[in-house]
Amino acid sequence: MKTLRLILTQNLGLILAVVLFVALYSIYVALHPNWGLNVVLQNGNETLALIFVGMAQTMAVLVGGLDLSVGPLMTLTNCFGSHVMAGTGGSVVAGVVACLALGSACGCLNGCIIVYGRIQPIIATLATGAIYIGLALLLRPTPGGAIDGDLAWAFTNDINELGMTYGWWGDLGLFGKIPAQPIFLALVVVLVWAPFKRSATGRGAYAIGSNAHAAYMSGVRIDRSKIAAFTLAGFFAACAGVYLTMQMGSGNADAPQAAEYTLRSIATVVIGGTSLYGGSGGVIGTIFGALVLRSISFIFRVVPGDSTFGFVASPLLQPFFEGLILLFAVSLGAARVFRVRNRLSLFT
Amino acid sequence: MEDGAMAAEPAYLEMRGISKNYGGVHALTDVDFAARRGSIHAVLGENGAGKSTLIKIVSGVVAPTRGTMSLDGAPATFGSPLEANAAGIVCIFQELSLMPDLSVADNISITDPPRNRLGLIDTRAQRRRAEELLARVGCEDIDPRERLKNLPLSRRQMVEIAKALGRNPKLLILDEATSALTSADVKKVYSILHALREEGLCLLYISHRMHEIEELADTASVFRNGRHIATFAKGAHSDDEIVQMMIGRDWSNVFPKKPERTAAPEPALEVSNLNWAPTLKRLSLSVGKGEIVGIGGLDGQGQRELLLALFGVLRGVSGSIKVNGAPVAIGSPAAAKRPENAIALIPEDRKTEGLLLPMSVAENITIAALPWLTKGLVIDRSAEAEKIREMVARMQIKVGDLDAPVATLSGGNQQKVVIAKWLLTGARIILLNDPTRGIDVGTKQEIYQLLRSLAAEGAAILFYTTDYDELIGCCDRVLILYDGAIVRELAGTEITETNIVASSLNLPGEGAAA
Amino acid sequence: MSLRIEPPILIGLVFIALILATGTAYTMVTQGTATFISPPYLLQQLHFGAFLGITAAGMMMVILLGHIDLSVPWTLAASAMVGTAVGGVAGDFTALGVGLAVGLINGIGVAVLRVPSMIFTLGVNTVLLGLMVMLTGGFAPQNAATPLMTFLGSLRTYGVPHSVVVWALVSASLIFVLNRTPLGRYMYAIGNEEAAAYLSGVRTRLVIIAAFMICSLCAAVAGLCLAGYSARAFQAMGDQYLLPSIAAVVLGGTNILGGQGKYSGTVVGVVLIVLLQSMLSVMQMDEAYRQMIYGAVIILMLLIYSRGRAQTA
Repeated sequence: MKTLRLILTQNLGLILAVVLFVALYSIYVALHPNWGLNVVLQNGNETLALIFVGMAQTMAVLVGGLDLSVGPLMTLTNCFGSHVMAGTGGSVVAGVVACLALGSACGCLNGCIIVYGRIQPIIATLATGAIYIGLALLLRPTPGGAIDGDLAWAFTNDINELGMTYGWWGDLGLFGKIPAQPIFLALVVVLVWAPFKRSATGRGAYAIGSNAHAAYMSGVRIDRSKIAAFTLAGFFAACAGVYLTMQMGSGNADAPQAAEYTLRSIATVVIGGTSLYGGSGGVIGTIFGALVLRSISFIFRVVPGDSTFGFVASPLLQPFFEGLILLFAVSLGAARVFRVRNRLSLFT
Repeated sequence: MEDGAMAAEPAYLEMRGISKNYGGVHALTDVDFAARRGSIHAVLGENGAGKSTLIKIVSGVVAPTRGTMSLDGAPATFGSPLEANAAGIVCIFQELSLMPDLSVADNISITDPPRNRLGLIDTRAQRRRAEELLARVGCEDIDPRERLKNLPLSRRQMVEIAKALGRNPKLLILDEATSALTSADVKKVYSILHALREEGLCLLYISHRMHEIEELADTASVFRNGRHIATFAKGAHSDDEIVQMMIGRDWSNVFPKKPERTAAPEPALEVSNLNWAPTLKRLSLSVGKGEIVGIGGLDGQGQRELLLALFGVLRGVSGSIKVNGAPVAIGSPAAAKRPENAIALIPEDRKTEGLLLPMSVAENITIAALPWLTKGLVIDRSAEAEKIREMVARMQIKVGDLDAPVATLSGGNQQKVVIAKWLLTGARIILLNDPTRGIDVGTKQEIYQLLRSLAAEGAAILFYTTDYDELIGCCDRVLILYDGAIVRELAGTEITETNIVASSLNLPGEGAAA
Repeated sequence: MSLRIEPPILIGLVFIALILATGTAYTMVTQGTATFISPPYLLQQLHFGAFLGITAAGMMMVILLGHIDLSVPWTLAASAMVGTAVGGVAGDFTALGVGLAVGLINGIGVAVLRVPSMIFTLGVNTVLLGLMVMLTGGFAPQNAATPLMTFLGSLRTYGVPHSVVVWALVSASLIFVLNRTPLGRYMYAIGNEEAAAYLSGVRTRLVIIAAFMICSLCAAVAGLCLAGYSARAFQAMGDQYLLPSIAAVVLGGTNILGGQGKYSGTVVGVVLIVLLQSMLSVMQMDEAYRQMIYGAVIILMLLIYSRGRAQTA
């Protein structure tokens, strides 16, 4: 019982995000005229990049900062990827690795500027974000580049397609119907996030966000943890870029898109239950935060125009409702404000 | 070193010629200090005597301006707390070094968690380790998985102690580490410390409570104004002599004389049945014009909350408050300072609640009184400048440049700025929350005199302090709080240390029958 | 109030001088004229700079409090779009009203509900975007700018663009507010330590709401001018002002965590950014290099500041 209580209270934000997602996605499924696995695939394709960018933002938020370069970094790796991932076979793998390395290096650069230059994360990444967009434009002055169509097809579909495209395996039945996106996501979470969270460096990142002074006094390696967090942010942003490259099959230095992803990433983090003041939360919540955000837009596509709620069917209303739901979600926290009995505690 | 007996065993920690300056402030001047193994060494001194700076140097938080330090005979310099940790120096700070969002187990093993074969944190082992350490300090009731922020302060302090023990210290420093503990916990901590001494650890114990020193320490060093005054074995000096060394003058002259009172004063502030569940319980009190009323008791019995409630900070307070006989409802500090209420609060934490550190001395002095220094919508600069000059002169604030950040002043002068800020609003009811913490004896004395002269001008003063001497020396009456209620009121000659201590523990003291 | 120049402002001025020198050298070499420092050219740059300057002025008010306003882009656009849609003098007032209303909502969210400003203003920005899309049905608005917008945004008197005069007036008012009124003093106080300001009897909630209203009002005024300059309002007209306005405020020496900064610094920051951008466009630099140089200059300047701080501390 006690264990259950602890799990519940310590993951309240995450649980709320999951519940919200399940509710919204159920509405979507109910309204969709012919919902099926191919729809799930399409949903996954539209969501995965945002999930990765949100995960990147989570890293910065955990250490009590904000990273305005996650969107630009995604765009940069997308443009870079459209060059280096253009081959076939082994060279593609090398290209993917190169993209992830580039992203991590840029993230590490962010971290170093923030730690050694003693510049606030939000400002430092505002500037490096401009640099990354510049680099992206340099690599792709106009949208272009062609990724091997097979590759793009294979990695953005389900397991069967992946195997059959390359002749690795045939029809695997039900198992083969599993979409590829959750598998990529699970791989990144299990191989990268989980070890980080359970390393001393990763816990140092939580400690910094929770109370930087106490962390220093306790002998936490502040610099290392901070740089590691921003490096990981760069890595996740690169994952988004790589996926975008596979999904679109080309590179596009789209600055407005980068800015939109950056701003959305903040929303995914908050809906996912990570405190903007740092120290609590994690990428799992963010994944559901992104799913919530995307579910909202999915719903707008399928509301039947002639129903009672037909007036909300207009896709024009979508951003309005998206914003409203975001405001509503964050204002829920205000309940705490009205329960506070010592007003001084509002200021800490 | 006064006592030759100590030289028998070589010192474990040795500091020579240590000085530390912060800007123009000399926190430590040419200090020689040594402590040996198997000893609990008390470090005594007034606030501002340099004790904290000393331990900050030992634990690697700050580097000395001059001087050398050696550990077990080998020279030692630490660039960060991490390096000091590695050398076996562990410090339990007064302001806890815990991360509120992390679990208890995470906090305890923050830098050296047990790892599995993959090099990742072994959460199971970490939890067992936390359980063992918590059991060692007698806190089996704390669940290691609980987030730290969900524990009450006294439990957090025990976690901090468990965390320190887990680091296998060779030199353990405790900086006022028992200030928030319950008496049962204090007993446990004492027995642990005694056991550690038997194991041969070197312990530095910083405190200003004389009885703690008596129970614990075998050696004591006294600091004053950043200098090392004396080091001696337990029993070499009487309490009075030690106090004398700490303050450097005769204690009885520190406080201004209390006026003789012939009739009960006209009440300025009357409180009845003040409730703020669960902390404050049916409190009734009154403070007369010209009176200084002390609030005493153990730490954390609702004293702070009482002052905050009167100042309009707390929500959900019931009961009635009258100012000059008229019932008032005070919902915010802005309402409290209005001329009809004229209430001021000198808050607990000067740095975060009292001052705007990066802003100038001048701006800090007038920030509360701006509504009265404004013509139309504009600040009347000449009136402002004149009031500032007046206040600086009256409070004898030692300041070179009024436009310099208030952070550059010494602790004592900073506190004077906080008081000046409120005098400028024309406050007639002054609430003080431990106002002499961290300031030098000279300034303390000035503040005592100021309070007395304000009272003589008709102000009503409610004065919470953790220092018994201030209750005895300064106050006309003393109210002792226990568990959110006033358990005893002491007046005149009843205000003695014995009575205060006894009533603080809610035991019948001398003359309790009266 | 002493007249010493703060280090960040000094560094900013040095950079401005460098940019002017580089730009002039470039035009001297390529065209044989000192176009870059000719008064008409500089006035033209100030004209562009005025839109950013007015936006940044408002942004500074919330940054001083330790907050941020990410709703500026669509506050600016919404004011202009609603204003042109209503039209006439009523349209002008409606535009300003939109600004004040958005500021009020932001202020309530941040000060009363205590939602982090970063996320609340982001939500408000999205809602405004949604409202405007609904209003226009997703098409570019067709309404022309009102006479006042044209007057403020594109007309000149004796060669001086009226936008620059508006910027100067906004600046004068804010300097007055910051230095001479209790409101200004309280804003600095809250930015430094909200608890201390509250315990000094400052009505912190009202001050925060006021600052957000000033910020949104400035965005609305910038929207009026910009609509006048472009002869109409258009979607996303404010997007290019968000990050530069934050950068201008910070480059001017205002602490992003609040509490410290002088208004003159923000003006220097705006001029710096506008001149930098115009120098890069005069040099016919590719967008790619422009972005990179822009980012690099910001980082370089901030590194110089933080070095300066480390040495004095």
